[in-house]
Amino acid sequence: MAESSRAPAARPLSPHLQIYRPMLTMMMSIVHRITGFGLYFGTLILAWWLLAAASGPNGYGKFEGFAGSLIGRLIFFGYTWALIHHMLGGIRHLIWDTGRGFGPSEREWLAAAGLVGSVAITVLLWIVGLLAMGGPR
Amino acid sequence: MSEASARHIRTPLARVRGRGTARSGTTHFWRQRLTAIANIPLTIAAVVIIATLLGRNQAAAAQILGAPLVAIIMLLFIASITAHMRLGMQVIIEDYVHDEFAKLVLLMANTFFCIAVALASAYGILKLSFGV
Repeated sequence: MAESSRAPAARPLSPHLQIYRPMLTMMMSIVHRITGFGLYFGTLILAWWLLAAASGPNGYGKFEGFAGSLIGRLIFFGYTWALIHHMLGGIRHLIWDTGRGFGPSEREWLAAAGLVGSVAITVLLWIVGLLAMGGPR
Repeated sequence: MSEASARHIRTPLARVRGRGTARSGTTHFWRQRLTAIANIPLTIAAVVIIATLLGRNQAAAAQILGAPLVAIIMLLFIASITAHMRLGMQVIIEDYVHDEFAKLVLLMANTFFCIAVALASAYGILKLSFGV
């Protein structure tokens, strides 16, 4: 073939995400990354909490004011769900790492279990947490 | 093909071993899994610890967090999650940021952020443990 100075031919590119019908396993994979991204920045709150506890009653009071506010509770609820969802998703990926669970029904079942499990465990943790807060100190 | 391979004395395996574009082989993959597995029991333990602190005042929280076993679990938890999240964010940056300079800056910022969060959290726990 002779060398030429033509611009590269417009070759067909492999299809990307937007041409696929959304599927559960695909959505769970995307959400796994999004929850990981959120958890990353949420560690700032963890650091704040620990430093507030170490700083004394005033600093801890400020943190408690944030944690007890509506926006604080919404963030913590979302954070709890993201944490559990990412953990269950991680366990699913660890199962897949062993080569198991790739069958058509198995992978769907694993993905659905992760989704249902994350919501159920989050709600359960919050019921226990709110009961603990309302109970004796 | 045959001409290209004839010019190399090293076998294809030797050229590939321990390499890849990052020159680190499977290190990233392995550490990501290692910290993922460590995260499971440590996160469960941390959630239990946090649950016991709900609604308690600073003095009680400080006392519980400063207890040796609780402090050690929290330190392990922080070490594992910050190492894990650094690896995860690295992949996100490499996937979506294609400008070489911006990528370099963000990869550095990622490392700085994770180490800063880890040390700030560890400082809080150690301060409570040592009571200074």
